Amino acid sequence: MTTLPSQRAVTVAPKKKGGPSTSGILLTALTYLLAFLFFFPLLWMALAAFKTEAQAFAVPPVFTFTPITENFQNALPAYGVALRNSLIAAIGSTVLAFILGLPAAFALAVYPTKRSKGVLTWMLSTKFMPAVGVIVPLYLLFRDLGLLDTWWGLIIMYTTMNLPLVVWMMHSYMTEIPPAIYEAAKVDGANVAKEFFGIALPLSLPGISATALLAIIFAWNEVFFALNLTSTDAAPLSVFISTFKTSRGLFWAQMSAAAVLTVLPVLIFGWVAQRQLVRGLSFGAVK
Amino acid sequence: MTAVPISATAPKPKGGFKITPSVMIWPAMLYLILTTQVPFFMTIYYSFFRYNLVEPDRRPFIGFSNYVGLLTDSDNLKVLLNSMILTAGTLILTLILGGGLALLLNRSFPGRGFVRSVLMSSFLIMPLVTAVVFKNMLLNPVFGFFSWLVKSLGGTPIDFLSAYPMATIIGMVTWEWTPFAMLILLTGLQSLPDDQIEAARLDGASPLQEFRYVVLPHWTQALEVVVLLETINVLQVFGEIYASTSGGPGVATTNLPYFIYQKAFAEYNIGVASAAGVITVVLTNILAIFLLRMISKNVSPGGH
Repeated sequence: MTTLPSQRAVTVAPKKKGGPSTSGILLTALTYLLAFLFFFPLLWMALAAFKTEAQAFAVPPVFTFTPITENFQNALPAYGVALRNSLIAAIGSTVLAFILGLPAAFALAVYPTKRSKGVLTWMLSTKFMPAVGVIVPLYLLFRDLGLLDTWWGLIIMYTTMNLPLVVWMMHSYMTEIPPAIYEAAKVDGANVAKEFFGIALPLSLPGISATALLAIIFAWNEVFFALNLTSTDAAPLSVFISTFKTSRGLFWAQMSAAAVLTVLPVLIFGWVAQRQLVRGLSFGAVK
Repeated sequence: MTAVPISATAPKPKGGFKITPSVMIWPAMLYLILTTQVPFFMTIYYSFFRYNLVEPDRRPFIGFSNYVGLLTDSDNLKVLLNSMILTAGTLILTLILGGGLALLLNRSFPGRGFVRSVLMSSFLIMPLVTAVVFKNMLLNPVFGFFSWLVKSLGGTPIDFLSAYPMATIIGMVTWEWTPFAMLILLTGLQSLPDDQIEAARLDGASPLQEFRYVVLPHWTQALEVVVLLETINVLQVFGEIYASTSGGPGVATTNLPYFIYQKAFAEYNIGVASAAGVITVVLTNILAIFLLRMISKNVSPGGH
C-alpha cells in the first residue's frame, strides 16, 4: 500500500532481450530533458546565490564563475529571525494539530458510528473555505486580542489549515491497524485511553512522521495569513522573502541566497517524505 | 465570537471523567468550528454593512448593496473572470503536462527515482520564492534569463509580466502545480495491474486504444482527485500574484483573493472585502460540491 512507486514499474512493451530499444532511449532522454527544464529556475537561483551581485544580473548571463559564500553571510542576520519565526509557527501548529487531531482520528477510525463519515467529510469541507472567507473577522479579532504579529496568531491559523489533513491522514493510517490487536487488548482489560496510547499511537508512528512532515511543509510555505497577520516581530520566512519583491537587480545574489536557505529544508523534507506525499496530498484518496 | 452554540451539546462526562470516543472528536471539531465557521458567519454579517476601518464607528446597514456593487461593476466582474481563467488554464495545462510526465515516468529506466525527485521540486517551493525568482531573475525584460534567451534566438526581448500578464501567471502557477498532477497520476498508473495491459496487447490493441480503453478508465479516480484539489487550491492563489504583478497591470491579474486583500488591507473596506469573501466561498463550494458529486460516483472517501 505504501510501496515506493519507483519500485513498481509497469513494464510497458515487452522488449527484446539485450538492451533497451531506441524509442526507449529516446523517451528516457526526453524525460531527463524535461526534468532539467523544470528544475532550471531553481538551478539558476541556486547558481546566483554563489555569484557576485554584478555576475548575478550580467547580460549575457554568466555560466562559469568562482563561487562565493558572502551572500549567505549577508542574508543570515535577517534570515535567522525569520527562520526562528517559521520554525515556531510550523512546528507549533503541527504539534497543536496533532494534539487535537490524533484523538479524533483514532475515535473515527476505531469506533466508527454512522455519523463518522459525515464528520470526516465536514472536516475536509473546511478545506473548501478559502482563507479570504475568514480573514476579515479574524484580522479584527486578532487585533482586539493583541494576537497580530505574534507567534500564537500564526500557530492558531496554521493549526486550522493542517487539522483536517492530520485527521484524514491519521484516520487512514489507523484504519489499517488490524482490529484483532484491539480485541486482544480489550480481553486484557484495556480501556479506550489504553488503546489510544498503547496501540494506536505506537503503531501509527510512521504515519505520524509522514503527516508531520507534510504539515510542516504546508505551514512553512504559507503566505496569505503570514502577510496579513504578521509584520515584524513574528514575520516568518515568507514575509522575509516578500521584501525582495521589488528588488531591481541590486540584490539578486543575496535574494537567491535567502531563497535557497528558505526552500532547501522543504525540498529535503519533500524528497524524504516522497513515499507518503501522494497519500497526504490527496487526503488518502490515492495511495 | 464567544457564542459557540455547539458546545452546549457536548457529551457530559458520565460518572467522573472518562475518555469516550465521542469526547475525543470534539476538540478537533470545536477548533474547526471556532476558526472557520464562526468567522465565516461574521464575514457574512459584515458584508451587509458599509464598514470602513477608517471610520470604524459609522457602520450603516446597507443590505445587499455591497454584493450589487461587486456584481455590477465591470472591473469586479473581470476579477471573477480572472479567477476562472487562472484556475481553468492552470488545470488544463497541469493535466496535460503532469499526465505526460506521469506516462514518461511510468517506465523503468536508470535514475528514475532521482528524476522524479527533480520533477516534483517545483511543487515544494514557497509560492513567494517562485514569484520573486521568476519576476526578477527570469522574466526581467533587461536582465532576465528568458529575455536573453529570446534575444539570442533572434526574437525581441519581452516584458512578459506586462505584455502577457495572465499568461505569465498561469505559466508560473502551472510550473508549481504540474508535479502535483504528475505525482497523483503516476500513482494512479502504478496501481494498474500489469495483466490488464497484457490482455489488451494480446487482443491486438494499438497503443492509442490501450490508452483510451485501459489506462484512461483506470485513471479516472486519480484525475478527479487532481481536478478537485487543484481547483480549490488554484482558486486561492495569492502569493504568486502578490509578489509578481500586484494584480496588475490594471486588474489584469487580480483574482478574488488578491482583490479581497486589496479591499481589506489597502482600502480598509471591510464591507466590500467581506462580500467578496462570501462570493469566493460560495463559488468554491459550488465548484467543490459539483466536483465531489462527480467524484463520489466512484470514490469512497477514507483510507480503505
